[in-house]
Amino acid sequence: MEADHELGGHEAASDDRVGFGFWVYLMTDLLMFTVLFATFAVLRNNTFGGPTGRELFSLPAALSETLILLTSSFTAGLGMLAARRGSKNQVLTWFGVTYLLGIAFLALELREFTAFIHEGHTWHSNASLSSFFTLVGAHGLHITLGLLWMGITLVFIWVRGLDSHLIRKLTLLSLFWHFLDIVWIFIFTVVYLMAFV
Amino acid sequence: MREFLLGRLNAHALPHEWFTIGGTIGFILLPLLALAVLVRIKGWKWLWGEWLTSVDPKRIGIMYFIVAGFMLIRGGMDAIMIWLQQALTAGNAHGYLGATHGYLSADHFQQIFTAHGNIMVFFVAMGFIFGLINFIVPLQIGARDLASPFLNTLGFWLYVGGVVMVNMFFGIGGEYAATGWLAVAPLSETQFSPGVGVDYWIWSLQISGIGTTIGGINFIMTILKMRAPGMSLWKMPMFTWGSLCSMLMVVTVFPLLTATLFLIFFDRYLGMHFFTTNLGGNAMMYTNLIWMWGHPEVYILILPAFGVFSEVVATFSRKSIASYTSQVLGMIGVTVFALSVWLHHFFTMGAGADVNAFFGVMTMVIAIPTSVLVFGWIATMYKGRIRYTVPMLWFLGFIGIFTIGGMSGVLLAVPPADFQLHNSLFLVAHFHSTVIGGVLFGVFAGLNYWFPKFAGFRLNERIGRSAFWCWIVGFCLSFIPMYILGIMGATRRLDHYDASTGWQPFYILMLIGGLVIATGVALQVIQIIASVIQRRQLADFTGDPWDGRTLEWATISPPPSYNFAVIPNVTTRDAFQEFKERGGLPQAKYKDIRVPYNTASGIYIAAFAFAASFAFVWHIIWLAVAGILGVIICVIVRTFNDNIEYTLTAAEIENAERSRKKHILPKKTEEGEDMSLWEFIKIAVTWGLGFVGLKRRVHGS
Repeated sequence: MEADHELGGHEAASDDRVGFGFWVYLMTDLLMFTVLFATFAVLRNNTFGGPTGRELFSLPAALSETLILLTSSFTAGLGMLAARRGSKNQVLTWFGVTYLLGIAFLALELREFTAFIHEGHTWHSNASLSSFFTLVGAHGLHITLGLLWMGITLVFIWVRGLDSHLIRKLTLLSLFWHFLDIVWIFIFTVVYLMAFV
Repeated sequence: MREFLLGRLNAHALPHEWFTIGGTIGFILLPLLALAVLVRIKGWKWLWGEWLTSVDPKRIGIMYFIVAGFMLIRGGMDAIMIWLQQALTAGNAHGYLGATHGYLSADHFQQIFTAHGNIMVFFVAMGFIFGLINFIVPLQIGARDLASPFLNTLGFWLYVGGVVMVNMFFGIGGEYAATGWLAVAPLSETQFSPGVGVDYWIWSLQISGIGTTIGGINFIMTILKMRAPGMSLWKMPMFTWGSLCSMLMVVTVFPLLTATLFLIFFDRYLGMHFFTTNLGGNAMMYTNLIWMWGHPEVYILILPAFGVFSEVVATFSRKSIASYTSQVLGMIGVTVFALSVWLHHFFTMGAGADVNAFFGVMTMVIAIPTSVLVFGWIATMYKGRIRYTVPMLWFLGFIGIFTIGGMSGVLLAVPPADFQLHNSLFLVAHFHSTVIGGVLFGVFAGLNYWFPKFAGFRLNERIGRSAFWCWIVGFCLSFIPMYILGIMGATRRLDHYDASTGWQPFYILMLIGGLVIATGVALQVIQIIASVIQRRQLADFTGDPWDGRTLEWATISPPPSYNFAVIPNVTTRDAFQEFKERGGLPQAKYKDIRVPYNTASGIYIAAFAFAASFAFVWHIIWLAVAGILGVIICVIVRTFNDNIEYTLTAAEIENAERSRKKHILPKKTEEGEDMSLWEFIKIAVTWGLGFVGLKRRVHGS
């Protein structure tokens, strides 16, 4: 009996450590984004005769991306509440909605990118666009990886049901998702809004 | 089709110059041969199952040491090659091997100093430091393992991937970056460096750097969350403090390196314009970004070394460390200030007087916490009963050389003085004084101090002392002339200079010093071999050969995979000293332990990452895609595998503990001296002759 208790304690301590370690990882990721933000801030006016952000960006599109991502964070939160209650179907529903919103966000972003490229404004046109594509693209890549992670976790939950391991994965995943949301808020402000200041 | 399969690879990439052929044999074929011999003797199953896939931080630590030691010889050969070239090339001296001056072409010379810097910082110093931290920190804080054993093996194998990548150019490609160790832009852009050298540089740093970040996260989790009950932060041993500060800096600045390397990769591979000379790129931004990582990096290396010295000086003075609180605050101070001094590497860039003044003052201020540490160590020796063992000698050598290096650093921190000395040999002598005198001497002190814990027997003291003196004398011979040359106006990275400068005697002196250091390295190898031969005599069965003060000495040597059968409760800073004074470790009942399985996932992920990197170097798209997919799939398989631990029951532990006590060999009774160098040579020659004789007899029959 005592041994059982010990091992249960081991599990909880391990969860605690992993959660903490994941926070540290998120901070390192944030620092990588910091570099990309800094390079964007330095290079954004180096258009070398090309169009400026004000001429390129469409604020309504950026705003709808923002709203979609914020909503997806909200539904992810609802999904986590459902996971705490242990309700498998609600978890699948809410994270399913989150997943679709994530796809919608990515589709909008890709549409923006392809439009720019079709007009001949690619990442090798000038330094300003290099830093734009890198910063926004890095966020998009994170969203893609998050969606991959979410999809696999949902399949596991579908098949195996909610167990402590999968709830732990969901907790980390939702942390990651909220983190990407915060980064996006900064992208929306620094890249899109400030282009129109 | 061929381009699809092989990218830019072609037969011309195969080794065909004397140095690439030599490098391929020396650094690719010989290690493979050594591995094959090891497999032949001990079996692949043993090597793979017990070592390569091990998640035990002690074994990973030893593997770090082996790889870093090998790379020390590799980087040291680069140093000797640089010095030999410089000693030969005054004025119109005759050239050899087809070179105009000396024996190396200007381009080849540049590749050598670039490789020397990369290897010494990334693969020698970092490897040794991570090796020490892996082995010692869990023991010192009374933990059984790291927070994530899997991430630990992954970090190690990514480091190995970087090591292989940095040597890969010998076999395939034939050129390394000729850009200096930080690949300064725009020189490292495709326009000026079209070959694969810079790509090898990018990817060897990228994969090993990501491994370092992973390691940093893991150690922070371990130190902050897994200390023995009762060990508050203010009771942690100094080496653990140094490691914690260092790892906090790792997670702060290595992401900057990763991001910067991606940017230069995008420039080269996708034609972006971050640091290019045209279309709005800003090369000065590269210098800023890379030094934001680069300067803290040297403190990442030195802080654990400071920790080693704190442990060594306390143990061998038989006193607890003087002014523990201010020592710890000193380390924290260094950590914080280290993040705001990077601009002193390029005062001459023209950031303006105010910016230069700020960074100059910050650089001088960082000398204060460092001096607090130095005075703390000296105060620890004061009125102590000092034993002049080999680790203590390394410490004393460190105090002398590191202080010289530190003072020349404060001098360089003054912007007007820096304008004179920027990029001169004075600077090169300065950072070698701190990195060799600080980091390497710290590693050697740590190796001699903790070797009994690794191996169960201590290292030979006599040969160790000779090695130390070779290093000190060689160091002074090499680097004092270098300081003088720098003040005389010699810039760094010269492959050729005018005879009328009168510099040649100094360069020759530097080469001689380098050879003396090389003798020191050879003696260190001999020291280890001689100790293995004499291991029965040098054996230590107490687990505590030096009368140590911290927890790592509380367990037997070498420690079992679970470190401590019973985790001790800590009440004071010198936890083990306290136990000894109270009459031994408190006995407690054994309990079940959860232990991780060994795993090869780390190797597979690192191998796929390596394949992808190699593909990027040579523009082989399919391999890059396959490598990245491989990494992703391995990560998914690993993270969704819940069966990663098993239970070691209390009864099994009791059995293991009891059977070990039975297996202890009796120490050889005669208290002989440690083997001298002369005796070692006699043994080696006799063995060599016997080996040859044996061969002949086999042949005869």
